[in-house]
Amino acid sequence: MHELSIALSMIEMASEEAEQRGGVRVNAIHLKLGQLSGVVKEALLFSYDLACEGTPLAGSRLVIEEVPVVVFCPACQVETTLASLQQFCCGTCETPTSEVVRGQELEVVALEIE
Amino acid sequence: MSTTPRLVEVRQKVLKQNDLLARGLRQRFREAGVYVVSLVSSPGSGKTAFLEKTLTLLRDQCRVAALVGDLATENDAARLARSLAPVKQIITGTVCHLEAAMVERALEGWNLEELDCLFIENVGNLVCPSSYDLGENLRLVLLSVTEGEDKPLKYPTIFNTADVAVITKMDLAEAVEFDATAASRNIQAVRPGMQVFQISAKTGEGMNELIRFLGARFDESVKLLVG
Repeated sequence: MHELSIALSMIEMASEEAEQRGGVRVNAIHLKLGQLSGVVKEALLFSYDLACEGTPLAGSRLVIEEVPVVVFCPACQVETTLASLQQFCCGTCETPTSEVVRGQELEVVALEIE
Repeated sequence: MSTTPRLVEVRQKVLKQNDLLARGLRQRFREAGVYVVSLVSSPGSGKTAFLEKTLTLLRDQCRVAALVGDLATENDAARLARSLAPVKQIITGTVCHLEAAMVERALEGWNLEELDCLFIENVGNLVCPSSYDLGENLRLVLLSVTEGEDKPLKYPTIFNTADVAVITKMDLAEAVEFDATAASRNIQAVRPGMQVFQISAKTGEGMNELIRFLGARFDESVKLLVG
């Protein structure tokens, strides 16, 4: 359960950003969360509310955009979305592949401020 | 005065700080000529026994040392000290994984120039360590025969972020009716092409093969550095 420390990092990052923009209020953090990031969405949402308490971000929302895993198929030479994390292979020809193109994201992409 | 909420683009990796520190560590390791191997697994899969054996076998060939992560005790460091290699314990408190900053702190007082190979044993956990780069060259994921062949399917992320899989406690394989074919198939499903070693730290089975493999990777990295 490292989601709490992830949440704390995000809040710190957003607070600094808000500070730099003249102390604006942050209503929401928008996060890209890859399926292979090792972070569980539900646990992060739960931790976020806890971590926000007593900070300038109290009452703010965490908006998560989940990013599916996209791999590159060496046979077809195309990128395909994985149907299952239990089977790393091309969605078309089923050639096994470990070449992950997307899905490891753990990135704050935007802040909703006022 | 009422204000309208607006969206501002930020684009920052949440673990940016850890990634930066890990990059710095990797650079330091490279400059000092130290090859770094990290170990991840669930609790009780035999990381410490494997490491004790590995350090003992490698001690005659190169200058090895280890950092071991644990939530609360120094037991692992005491055990590994029997290998006569320098060992330092990292007690994480309540933190369920190692971070680059902890590795950096633990290295204080050590002269990296006096080392060839460093092992970092992570806290026993198959989830959290996958997100944190520690500046290592190679990540080994360990799976013991007593855990069940489907562990890779249950924890695909950690297997996917690791470079090599090591199946431990092979001396117990028969007693627990371990299906090595199924285990390998599951590992290949979540990480196609992954090299898999089967070892027993107790009997020494498979250890020489693994040591040779690590030696070759180490030599390669030295060549890259020199060449």
